[in-house]
Amino acid sequence: MSDLAPSELAKVRAILGREPNQTETGIFTVMWSEHCSYKSSRLHLKKLPTRSERVLVGPGENAGIIDIGQGYAIAFKIESHNHPSFIEPFQGAATGVGGILRDIFTMGARPVAVLDAIRFGPLDDPQHGDRNRRILQGVVEGISHYGNCFGVPTIGGECVFEPCYNRNPLVNVFALGVFKHDEIFFGRATGIGNPVIYVGAKTGRDGIHGASMASAEFTEESKQKRPNVQVGDPFMEKLLLEACIEAMHTGAVVGIQDMGAAGLTCSTCEMGSRAETGVEIDLARVPQRESGMTPYEIMLSESQERMLLVAEKGREQEVFAVFRKWGLDAVTIGEVTGDGKLRVKNHGVVVAEIPNRELADEAPLYDRPHGVAPHRDAPMEAPPIPRSRDLNADLLALLASGDLCSKRWIWQQYDQSVRTNTLQGPGGDAAIVRIKETGTSIAMSVDGNGRYCSLSPREGARLLVAECCRNLSTVGALPVAATNNLNFGNPERPEIMAQLVEAIEGISEACKHFETPITGGNVSLYNETLGEAIWPTPVMGIVGLLKTAAPVTIPFKETGRAVLLLGGMGTTEATRFGGTQYAKAVLDKMWGLPPALDMDYEKRVHTAIREVVAQGLAESTHDVGDGGLAVALAECCAEGTGASISLVTELRPEFALFHEAPSRILLSTASPEAVEKIARDNNIECLRLGVTMKERLQISNSSTTTASPWIDCRVEVLREVWENALESLLNPVPV
Amino acid sequence: MRFGVVVFPGSNCDHDAWYAVSRNLGQPAEFIWHDSTSLGNADAVIVPGGFSYGDYLRCGAIAKFSPVMSAIKKFAQDGGLVLGICNGFQILVESGLLPGALLRNRNLRFVCRPVSLRIETTNTPFTCAATRGQLMNVPVAHGEGCYFADERTLDMLEAEDRVVVRYVDNPNGSLRDIAGICSQNRNVMGMMPHPERASDPLLGSTDGRVILESMVRSMVTTHA
Repeated sequence: MSDLAPSELAKVRAILGREPNQTETGIFTVMWSEHCSYKSSRLHLKKLPTRSERVLVGPGENAGIIDIGQGYAIAFKIESHNHPSFIEPFQGAATGVGGILRDIFTMGARPVAVLDAIRFGPLDDPQHGDRNRRILQGVVEGISHYGNCFGVPTIGGECVFEPCYNRNPLVNVFALGVFKHDEIFFGRATGIGNPVIYVGAKTGRDGIHGASMASAEFTEESKQKRPNVQVGDPFMEKLLLEACIEAMHTGAVVGIQDMGAAGLTCSTCEMGSRAETGVEIDLARVPQRESGMTPYEIMLSESQERMLLVAEKGREQEVFAVFRKWGLDAVTIGEVTGDGKLRVKNHGVVVAEIPNRELADEAPLYDRPHGVAPHRDAPMEAPPIPRSRDLNADLLALLASGDLCSKRWIWQQYDQSVRTNTLQGPGGDAAIVRIKETGTSIAMSVDGNGRYCSLSPREGARLLVAECCRNLSTVGALPVAATNNLNFGNPERPEIMAQLVEAIEGISEACKHFETPITGGNVSLYNETLGEAIWPTPVMGIVGLLKTAAPVTIPFKETGRAVLLLGGMGTTEATRFGGTQYAKAVLDKMWGLPPALDMDYEKRVHTAIREVVAQGLAESTHDVGDGGLAVALAECCAEGTGASISLVTELRPEFALFHEAPSRILLSTASPEAVEKIARDNNIECLRLGVTMKERLQISNSSTTTASPWIDCRVEVLREVWENALESLLNPVPV
Repeated sequence: MRFGVVVFPGSNCDHDAWYAVSRNLGQPAEFIWHDSTSLGNADAVIVPGGFSYGDYLRCGAIAKFSPVMSAIKKFAQDGGLVLGICNGFQILVESGLLPGALLRNRNLRFVCRPVSLRIETTNTPFTCAATRGQLMNVPVAHGEGCYFADERTLDMLEAEDRVVVRYVDNPNGSLRDIAGICSQNRNVMGMMPHPERASDPLLGSTDGRVILESMVRSMVTTHA
C-alpha cells in the first residue's frame, strides 16, 4: 500500500509538531491520497471555468448545483469506480452507483436520473475476451442491481471497447437530483456544541484503504485487494435517502455529508474544515458490525450507506425519530468544537488529534513535470487507405462493431421508467427527464472518446464537450453546466501528466466557449496495469434545459419527408480520418489526429437545431457522431422507415460516408424551407440529402457517373445486425 | 373514490402510482404506511412496485408479515379492491391472496421494456372499462416476473376466467404467457407490468389507464 512519501511525512510532523501515531498516519494517508486530495491535478483543475449566473454551488462540495428557475435547482456529478470494478465487477459497479447517489442526496436533492459511461477491453479479444465479457456482465448487473432497487431510472450512457481497457475497465457513473433552492444542504459542521450524529449502516472492516487503492497502479498482487472492495446494499441506501430527506425537512439538521471514500475520516474533517470548526468523536459509540475493530480500522472503513450529520443541539430527538421510523441506526458520536481540530477518542482516550483545515485542505500540491509531448502510440502519418470493395459490407461491419452496435442488451437490464419522468431513455442522442413540478425538463449527455484523446488530448477533449452540447441541442435543450471525470494513467510520468494537462485545457477552452461551467467532478489517476496506461479518457457529463414536451427522437417516422443535414457535409483529409470508427473496425488501424473542430461554427449549429426543434419543424433529429454519416443514417432507419439519399461530394466514398467531422445533425421534416431559413439566419450550411421512403436505405453520389449507389440495403437487415451484435459478442459460438 | 397506496420500506413505485391516480386520473389518493393496522377510508388499495424490505429472502416474503397486510387481507375478504403491481403482485402471491409464484425471469436477467399485453377478460373490476382482446402497450421492470403454478391451478385459473392479462411477447417465461390474474372473488388482482407508467400522454403510452379507470368505474357502480 502506498504510504506517505518522505516529504509528506515531514509535512505531517510539522503540522502536528510531533510524530503521528498509527491511526493518524492512516488518516493522513487516505486524506492525502490522490483520490481524496487531487494533489496531482488540483493545480490544473483551477483552469476550468466554474461560474455562471446559474451556478449556485461549484466544485468543492459533494455535487455541483445549478438554478433551473421557478425556485428549483438540480445537483449533479459524475464519479468513477474503475479500480474496484476490475477487482470485483458486480460490487465495484454497484457501490459506484451507491456512492454517487449519496453525493446527490446528501445535498438534499432526490436523485432522478443515472447515466453510465463504461469501457472494457474488446469482447472478442483472443487473449482477454473471456474476462472482458465477464467484467461487462458483472458491471452491468451491478449497476442494474443497485439503481433498480434504489428506484432511480438509468437512462443513458455509453459503452466502448478498446484494448487499452483490457486490464483496466472504466466505470463512470453520473447522477442528477432535483430539489428546491431552500432545500439545499451542505457538508458543514457549524454551531459549537452541536451533536455529531452517525446514521445508516454499521461499520465493518470492508473497504479499508479503498481510497489509496484507487490511487495506485495495478500489479499482480491487486487480486489480493478484493477485501478492499466494499459491498453495497441498495435497500439500505433507499431507506437512507428517505430518512435523510425527511430529517432535513424537520429543520433540525445543520449539515450533512456522506461517508464515501475514506469514510468517517473524510466526513468529519471535511465538515469541520468547511465550517472552520473542530469535530470531536468517540469511536466507542460508532455502530459496529464486527467486534474488536481498532480505531485505525473504524476511521478508515469504507462501509457503504452511512452518513454523518450535525443537528441543532436540543433537537436530536426529532432526527432520531425519523431514523427510527425507517429502521436505521442514528447515534450521537460526538460534537462540534471550537478548536478546529479533529479529535478522535476511543472509550474516552484520545487516539488522534489533527487540525481539520490542514488535513482536509492543505494536502500536498504537486506540480508534476509535464513539459514533454503527451504520450501517443499511433503514427501521425496516414497509411495508404485501400479502395473499399463493398461499402454495404463496411456499413454492416460498423453497425455490428462493439462501439456502434445497439446497447439494448445492456439498458434493458436497467429500470428506465421508474419515477414516471423519463421522456427519452437510453438510445437517444440525450436522455430527458421531466420535472413534474415545473413543466420543464432536464436533458443529459455523457460522452468520452479515448481514441480521439489519445491522438490529441486537447482536441479530443474539445470534441467531447462539443459532442455533448450537440447531443443536448439535438433534442432541443440548452446546455448550461457540466461535470467531468478525468481517467488517466500515472501522473508521475511526464508524458501522462502532459495528457492530463492538455485535456484539462481543452475542456476548459470548450466549456468556456459553449458556456457550460464545470461544477464538479472526479479525477481517476493511476489507471495502469503492469506498466501499461489506458488512453487518456476524459468523460464529460453535460446537462441542458428545455420545456417539457414529447421528445423529438432519432428514427425517421413518415415517408416522403425531406432529409436534411444541418451543418453540411463537413470535410476530412487522410490525417484526420485515422481516429474514426471506419479506421478502427474496417481498416484495423489508427493514426493522425481527431476530426477538426470549428467551435464558432459548432455553436451556430447548436443554436439552429434548438430553434428547429422549438418550432416543431423536425419529425426526427440525430447527431452525426462516431461512424459518420452512413452510420447515423442507418440508425435513423431503426423503426423501419428508410431513405433515398443523394450526396454531392468530391470526397472518396470511404471519407464521405464514414468521416466523423463534428457540427452535423440529420433531421427529417415536412417543412424543409423553414429549416433552411433558420440555417441561413444562423449562417450555417444545410443540405437537402434526399427523402424518407419505405424499406430501404440507399445512398448514392450524384457527382460521379457510376450508376450503382454506394449503399443499398434493406433497413430490416441493418436493424437486425445492429440490434443483435452485442448479444452475439457476449455469447460467442465455441470453436 | 379514494385510493390508498401502500408504502413498504423499499417501495419505489409508490409515488408513481399515487401520481397516476391523483394527477392523471384526478382521483383522491393517500399513502398508507406499512405498519398501519388500518387502511383509513380507502375505497381501493394499490400495493405498488419496488423492492419491499430489499426483497431479501424472497420477493414479497417479508412484506407479507407487515401489519398493513393483515388489514389488506381483511379488506379483500370484505370485497375491497386490491391491485398489486410488480412487487405488489409478488406480495399478494406470498400472502396467499392470489395463487402461484413469481420466479426469476427465464434468462435470469432483469428486464425493463414496453411489452404488448392482451386483455383476456372484462369480467373484473380492473378491466370492466376495457374490451376483450384489447391490446395494451405497458412497460415491465422486474427480475422475478416468471409466473408459475402447477397445471391444475393454471387450468383452474383459465376455467374460472381469472387470467386477466396475457403477454403477446412474453418477456420472462411466464407459464401460459400470464401477466396478471385475479382472485376467485375477482376483487384482488396482481400484474407484473406497470399500468401507472403508461398513464401519462407525455410518457408515450396511456394504455395502462384503462386498469385504473376500470377500478374507478366499478367503485362508482358498487357505491351507487
